[in-house]
Amino acid sequence: METVVTIVFLIIAALMLFSGVMVVAVKNIIHSALWLISTFFMVGALYLLLEAEFLAVVQVLIYVGAVSILMLFAIMLTRHVMASRPEQAFYRRWYLALGVCLLLFGAAIVPTLLAQQPGFAQATETAQQALGSPERIAGVFSLGVAYVSQYLIPFQIAGLLLLVALIGAIVIAFEERSRRRRILTLAQEHELRRRQAQPLPPAEPVVMAEESNP
Amino acid sequence: MIAVVDVIPLSWLLILAGALFCIGLFGALARRNVVAMLMGVELMLNAANINLVAFWRYLEPSLITGQVFALFIITVAAAEAAVGLAMAIAIYRTRATVLADEVNALKG
Repeated sequence: METVVTIVFLIIAALMLFSGVMVVAVKNIIHSALWLISTFFMVGALYLLLEAEFLAVVQVLIYVGAVSILMLFAIMLTRHVMASRPEQAFYRRWYLALGVCLLLFGAAIVPTLLAQQPGFAQATETAQQALGSPERIAGVFSLGVAYVSQYLIPFQIAGLLLLVALIGAIVIAFEERSRRRRILTLAQEHELRRRQAQPLPPAEPVVMAEESNP
Repeated sequence: MIAVVDVIPLSWLLILAGALFCIGLFGALARRNVVAMLMGVELMLNAANINLVAFWRYLEPSLITGQVFALFIITVAAAEAAVGLAMAIAIYRTRATVLADEVNALKG
């Protein structure tokens, strides 16, 4: 039974890290949004494994249901440019970013955690002894009670933040009627793109930003 | 019934969250597309959430604070995604690009 839990955890962790790597490594941005959905699902599965059921449901609803769909919409609304130049997904010196991230992980996070490991084990054991029976894990009931008593004002402020974000997103993305472009059908757009693509040579050299800005 | 707490040490979860954070950091630093950078930021926020839930489950499972904080982070992430993607669309409309290094002037 213990090995089953370990195997489940390792499978979830491996799938999460694999799809996370695919999110940042895949050049096609639609594919990376789909890998992002898979990562979010795996994080939700990890919450289930950690017995935070409500958070798992919220993770699937908010991240998979709302944020990823928003991302896909944004990608598809801004796709014309990217489709013609797919080889420019990364900065030219992306290996510096890779070095920073590997250094942060290998030289800061892992050594710190390994040094703290005995303390973590001791604290976990103390918490388990104080807990006693497993029924005392806080569930969705105490979450609801906490939101209307102890965390009432942060809860209201979170609601206000969502309202401000909603209005802000509408204001930023709003387009006045006089400036609005005509929305083309798929066939018209295909025709337009074909006409735009014809005069250009097929293999256009990549112009980097540093070079175009002398 | 066997809980995950008895089987898996806390540091495994923290290392997993750290790895996810570093992947997200790479995405936010190295991708040129604004939407892809936002995806990296979402990965980093998820890593922080994994940390919060892990600490809640291992150290203070009878208190709800860890889950409350994780939910607040999800709220902030949703607001950030909405505003960030609206900005990406607005930038695309005025500049016809979504590459972060081509948007180097505030004046439209």
